[in-house]
Amino acid sequence: MADTSLVDRHEPLWKRLPVVVQLRKSTGWQRGMLVTGVVICALYLVVALAAPLIAPYGFGQLQGADGQSFPRTGSPSPEHIWGTTVGGFDVFSRVVFGARTAVLVVVVAVVVSITIGVILGMVSGYLGGWLDRILVVVADAIYAFPSLLLAIVVSIVISGGNSSYSGGIVAAAISITVVYVPQYFRVVRAEAVRLRNEAFVESARVLGTNPWRIMTRHVLRNSTRSLPLILTLNASDAILTLAGLGFLGFGIGPTAGAEWGYDLSRALSDVASGVWWTGVFPGVAIVVLVLGVTFIGESLNDISDPRLRARRRLKQLVSRRGATSTEGAAA
Amino acid sequence: MTVIPPEAIESEPTKPQAQRSAKGGGGLGRYVLVRFLLIFPTVFILVTLVFFLMRVIGNPITASVGGRLTPSQLQERLHAAGYDRPVFVQYLEYLGNIVRGDFGTTSTDNRPITEIIVTYGGATAELVFYALIVALLFGIPLGMLAAYVRDKWPDVLFRALAILTYATPVFFGGLLLKLVFSVWLGWLPLGDRASTRVSLILDNIPGATGIYIIDALRTGNAQVIGDVLLHAVLPALTLGLLTAGIFLRLVRANMIGSLGSEYVDAARSRGVRESRLVRTHAFRPALVPIITVMGLQIAMLLGGSVLTETTFGWRGLGFELNQYLSARDFVAVQGIVAMLAVIVAVTNFVVDVVAAFIDPRVRF
Repeated sequence: MADTSLVDRHEPLWKRLPVVVQLRKSTGWQRGMLVTGVVICALYLVVALAAPLIAPYGFGQLQGADGQSFPRTGSPSPEHIWGTTVGGFDVFSRVVFGARTAVLVVVVAVVVSITIGVILGMVSGYLGGWLDRILVVVADAIYAFPSLLLAIVVSIVISGGNSSYSGGIVAAAISITVVYVPQYFRVVRAEAVRLRNEAFVESARVLGTNPWRIMTRHVLRNSTRSLPLILTLNASDAILTLAGLGFLGFGIGPTAGAEWGYDLSRALSDVASGVWWTGVFPGVAIVVLVLGVTFIGESLNDISDPRLRARRRLKQLVSRRGATSTEGAAA
Repeated sequence: MTVIPPEAIESEPTKPQAQRSAKGGGGLGRYVLVRFLLIFPTVFILVTLVFFLMRVIGNPITASVGGRLTPSQLQERLHAAGYDRPVFVQYLEYLGNIVRGDFGTTSTDNRPITEIIVTYGGATAELVFYALIVALLFGIPLGMLAAYVRDKWPDVLFRALAILTYATPVFFGGLLLKLVFSVWLGWLPLGDRASTRVSLILDNIPGATGIYIIDALRTGNAQVIGDVLLHAVLPALTLGLLTAGIFLRLVRANMIGSLGSEYVDAARSRGVRESRLVRTHAFRPALVPIITVMGLQIAMLLGGSVLTETTFGWRGLGFELNQYLSARDFVAVQGIVAMLAVIVAVTNFVVDVVAAFIDPRVRF
């Protein structure tokens, strides 16, 4: 996966940051994809942070400042640019506040699952033994199981069906964590198993370095190559799982917060009567955010994979060399 | 809503235990046996996990009706269901019941879980089958084409479409298809598995399988068959397109590998036609990883069917699961999820055995 040779240690720090490295190495439409992804994610981040400033109304607001109730299933108009729902919520405001929920859940889910998955994978892969065997079997079993079903079970356990905002966010994030820990675990464990027998790890062991220091300094530092890629996959899946849970009624209630999946589940019955704005806008919000995250992941994958990287540039190089001298091709 | 990470797609998914144990003796029979025995720990782990997770909340009865009963009534209900005994005793009993094929009884309407599976399993199996067909019909040809015209505009277009199908939640995809084809164009029905009249006919034929298309074919009535098929189009597309993108990427990545190999160059230099080169020489070896991934995909389709069935009112297992979820009947949820764990484990076993039949590298 990610090629460590992409990183030159003598470059300044900002040029060695994950996405920046790939951005500088990328060419053609791979770079376009990466830039698009980064821009989309940045946009959502801004919307999430500045939601109260952008949204004209609150996510649970049912009447304007003049005390007059919002119309029900009102079509898009100057007052409600994306219309209103059956319950009388402003669609645009709910979509904007939904970005905040999604970003929060993604951040919590990714941070928690990466921490647990990496620690478990490292310890399990480096130490081996019966603990390793058990963890591998458990991770494989969880991996093969429909993740949404597992997330449903976990979210029943955590929320028990209640729907406060912070409670809902934690419930959704942990449900996603349970599903993703095995993926980080597998990748980091595989790397740790490989590194365990490398010369530099063995020499550290011979010198009597304590195992924890070996793990953190030597194994961990070298086993994070493909983490950015899984991280983006995890993030995009987190958004979809959150929406799925919300759609099934395990998300955040309409008065506690705005959540796109919940709004879509409400919008389902509107479709029959031709009311499209209640469903299309939150849906598109999900799709665009997932697209943005996936674009970053896809291009990171392409750029780091030597089979897929910078083909065009190589081709140009070869043809240019071929034109100037035949020796170039022979060398 | 899981999508397999690309590194799992592009390299063959590994079943470490099975491979390691099979390495010693080799041989298909031994592989099948080892792989079969591996079903049990998988099911055991998932069932245990679900059981203890559900017990963390206390017990299903308190969680579902706790607030509405007086403490003494609640105690009575708990005692009747045996939830006042030590958790470990309950766990052993639960395992014992599962071994005997008893997955429990729903608490809202007192139906055995196995009965629910038998009644609605057929509908879900039908939907998953349609979805797989859609996924393969779209995924394989487009993936082959994308690999062949690699880096040109059709490739970029197909890959963008693959990402788009992945990024669209099934219920939103379903909602859009419904909006366009049922509401605006009026070509296809909004939901359900068949119109009311046809459902009545199909539910009442003797020895009904619950798989509507089979029952419809048995009636031999063209109108009934047509009605059933029309109702299946949108759900099948919704669920199938989700997976089609994954197949497309998988076929593309593997075909690029095999198209660049030396035997393909050799065949080309012998003057083998390009179309034949793509269809046989490059495609056949790329087929194996597709079959291995299919197992994981079926698990994913089962998960996706919960959302698809809810979107289209397709009365299958996912639809029922959602009903029990909203009724807060957690005994039913636990039972259905445990049962699905068994189904997924068995499906993966079958897929792995098929892969081993086709590719000798898997079993040695």
